[in-house]
Amino acid sequence: MGVAYTPGLRVTPSAAIRRERRLPTDGNVLVDRGQKVHAETLIAQAEMPGNLHAIRAAQILHIDPQELQSCILKQPGDAVEAGEIIAETKGLWGLFKSALRAPLTGTLEDISGVSGHIRIREKPRQVKVLAHIAGTVAEIIEGEGAFIETQGALVQGIFGVGGERRGRLRILASGPDAPLHADAVEDCEGCVIVGGATVDDRAVEAAVRAGAVGLVVGAVRDEVLRHYLGYDIGVAITGQEDVPMTLILTEGFGELAMATRTWQLLSKLEGQLASIDGATQIRAGVIRPEVVVTGDSEETPISVGEPEQTLEPGSRVRIIRAPHFGALGRVTRLPVQLAEIETESSVRIAVVKLDDGDEVPVPRANLEIIQE
Amino acid sequence: MPIESECRPSAGHPLTLKKGACYHSAAMPEASRIVATDCGSTTTKAILIEKRDGSYRLAGRGEAPTTVEAPFDDVTAGVLNAVGELEDLTDQQFIADRRVRTPIANDVGADLYLSTSSAGGGLQMLVTGVVKTMTAESAQRAALGAGAIVIDVISVDDGRADHERVARIRSIRPDMILMSGGTEGGTVQHLLDTSEILLAAAPRPRLGRDFRLPVIYAGNSEAREQIGTILGDSVDIIFEENLRPQLDRENLGPAREAIHRLFLEHVMAQAPGYDKLLTWTNAPIMSTPRAVGEMVQLAARTEEVDVLAVDIGGATTDIFSVFGERFNRTVSANLGMSYSIGNVLAEASAASIRRWIPIDIDEDELRNRLRNKMIRPTTIPQTVEDLLIEQAVAREALRLALIHHAALASGLKGVQQARTMADLFTQVSGGETLVDMMALGLIIGSGGILSHAPRRQQAALMLLDAFEPQGITRLAVDSIFMMPQLGVLAHELPDAAMEVFKRDCLIALGTAIVPIGRSKEGAVILEWRIGEESGELRAGELQRIPIATGETCQAELIPARRFDVGQGKGQRWTGEVVGGAAGVILDGRGRPLELPHDDVERIRKLREWIEAAGAMPGGPQ
Repeated sequence: MGVAYTPGLRVTPSAAIRRERRLPTDGNVLVDRGQKVHAETLIAQAEMPGNLHAIRAAQILHIDPQELQSCILKQPGDAVEAGEIIAETKGLWGLFKSALRAPLTGTLEDISGVSGHIRIREKPRQVKVLAHIAGTVAEIIEGEGAFIETQGALVQGIFGVGGERRGRLRILASGPDAPLHADAVEDCEGCVIVGGATVDDRAVEAAVRAGAVGLVVGAVRDEVLRHYLGYDIGVAITGQEDVPMTLILTEGFGELAMATRTWQLLSKLEGQLASIDGATQIRAGVIRPEVVVTGDSEETPISVGEPEQTLEPGSRVRIIRAPHFGALGRVTRLPVQLAEIETESSVRIAVVKLDDGDEVPVPRANLEIIQE
Repeated sequence: MPIESECRPSAGHPLTLKKGACYHSAAMPEASRIVATDCGSTTTKAILIEKRDGSYRLAGRGEAPTTVEAPFDDVTAGVLNAVGELEDLTDQQFIADRRVRTPIANDVGADLYLSTSSAGGGLQMLVTGVVKTMTAESAQRAALGAGAIVIDVISVDDGRADHERVARIRSIRPDMILMSGGTEGGTVQHLLDTSEILLAAAPRPRLGRDFRLPVIYAGNSEAREQIGTILGDSVDIIFEENLRPQLDRENLGPAREAIHRLFLEHVMAQAPGYDKLLTWTNAPIMSTPRAVGEMVQLAARTEEVDVLAVDIGGATTDIFSVFGERFNRTVSANLGMSYSIGNVLAEASAASIRRWIPIDIDEDELRNRLRNKMIRPTTIPQTVEDLLIEQAVAREALRLALIHHAALASGLKGVQQARTMADLFTQVSGGETLVDMMALGLIIGSGGILSHAPRRQQAALMLLDAFEPQGITRLAVDSIFMMPQLGVLAHELPDAAMEVFKRDCLIALGTAIVPIGRSKEGAVILEWRIGEESGELRAGELQRIPIATGETCQAELIPARRFDVGQGKGQRWTGEVVGGAAGVILDGRGRPLELPHDDVERIRKLREWIEAAGAMPGGPQ
């Protein structure tokens, strides 16, 4: 029996979820192992060192680098104020002195007798890491953060922009295959809107104007995304965009109905607090955008590991490339021999019986397994 | 002068051999069974080369997923799997005691085992220099030529504030840094400034928490002592000869050798399993791009032609060239056919991609299709329409990669030149590109979109459209991307490497003949005789003469008065042209290749050219 590796996306009402919450630098962890946390609980914080500025002191004072130490009025570690004199030459008989004023406020970091530079560091910035999802602190990462474990619904999207945000889910489209219209967007301050098949520029603008923090939709035209960001995305590594609202696509680009299963799950969760993240990384260590809703589900959580990877006769699949892009079906055969397709390439195919009854050959690379 | 009128087989070689070349050197060490692996980021490929009846030939190929990352954390597991597949396919045994055995004992093992590697992201380097277009550019050339991926270039005039440079260096975590700057007797202060930026950034190596980052200093030797004082306690500093000792002279060899040495001693030694693999191989492991570069240079030397080789992958496009014996390599890190397809769209524009598509498709639809490929990069075109779109993307990715390459593969910038009165009118400033499409003799394409195009004619047309060669140029593709393994073999047994390269690695696409000049559409620009056939080529037209792989034909080309095929305007050319899967293509479309603005006319012309080349899926061959 032929098998193939075809990764799918997770859409499940109850999953065991574990998330790393980590500072970008060493800092203080503010929670304990076993502690219950809310999405807004502060897990860890740190001070990021301020930017370092090199000042060509010896050059400005017209002295040799070795002479700099004798002219300095401050010591490493001292605070300096913008405009304050920090070095001064002795001049000639106390006259014709040259002075160096600090160009910024900060801390004097060091003085180099080799290059003749003085370096001043700006004030540190505070960095905070919140829990983002409600749950229990399962493990502390000493000085850096913690792992949070929880149980909840998980919907993975295919692509997103914008970072972590939290808000109540609000269904605003009439169905998974219906577009979200601008005039349907109302009363969604702080909400995560669930659209249907697609949104246009006007609907995106309306959602932003209404104060929505997130928008989950089947697909958008690339032009709409370009207008929203103000530029063309180059490499598919996202999550850091400076946008007022996180946008998550569950299916792709163009006009594609949201998968029924995804729509039904999100509809069932309407009104609940969702933790969303648009961060996507297609290459190496794939990251997909996600919607997490934690709660007291009565269903047994499913451990979220690697998605099902085996394509077999009977597998439920979605076709992810033309000419049947978006169609759902079931694998009936996996021929061992290579088959010639319309392009004249010889490839490994699967024969798929579509939901409308047609049976079609599809390159295995163009199939996505749907978890059942 | 009369020419021979018949075609003849060229000894089964896809490329003609240089007259008198001998590929069976008596001095060649006896090695009749050679195993070579290339440990790539995702796949480890093993090949078997055997000497049979006095010739070296490819005897088998196996592959397996690379195992340098968790949960395996040992590159040798992937090597054993790939060589294991080779054993299954060739019914021979190379592995004993969980290693590739050399030399052969009881018919188990190989005479020679070699490997290249780009696993774990290859060799990632930061380079620094004083002036962006001078020493920093020389440093970039040195690093790229040594097989590195240059992740950033820091220079005094890069337009960034010091703290931005510090933040950037902190975020990138290179494997190694190459510092350059200052000609001999030149600036010292700028180099000290750069050292302090490095000191403030305290860069940490990507691999190995406990080892100090190697920094090669190849700048003004007068600054060595002070640089050592500033950086000596925080990094592992290695002093090398100045790579740009004078404005008009580069000295890249010592820096490149140092990069290669440190790659083995530091970077490879930190990568999981490489300490073990290093004890299996009979020669040092080479970085994959460096090995490809070695092979390209060997081919250029042996064939005595200028060569341009391209490897277009999913994420990056590498170009290697040898023009007038000068080797250059560039990596366009964000131009590729799957992971980077969105970047081709962003950099080239949807309109530029669309112009190559011979069907009516609007930009909106095109954008959506490319984005869907970006988010599902492993899918393949199933319809002709999708295939034509991807081949259009490839043309733009290749075109942009060549522009990047031509900018870096240049003469030295900033060199004072003696100017005459005539120069005052031509504004020659130095630093002109070495890339000369008329002098170019051979283009080698590799990467899935070229090597696995359903029809070879499609690969030939993509290379022609993207690179726009001029005059007479042979075209080939690397069948299974074995240039890395052959490159490392070239160091040990150059004749064996060249023999397999010509017989089994390259698939000849044929020869392109492109008269250069300007004329009205439809005017005769070339009279040609190839073998027993003859005809005329008109401006705006593309013709294909089917000459099979392994055949060469005598040809006579007489360009029109204002046209040149390499001998000068209106000058006749006679010689041999080499056949291939696409035959001989006569390209009268002009340079630069301009497409009609009107959509209907553009599509008509594109279809006409594609059909003339026999490249239309479903159409006649």
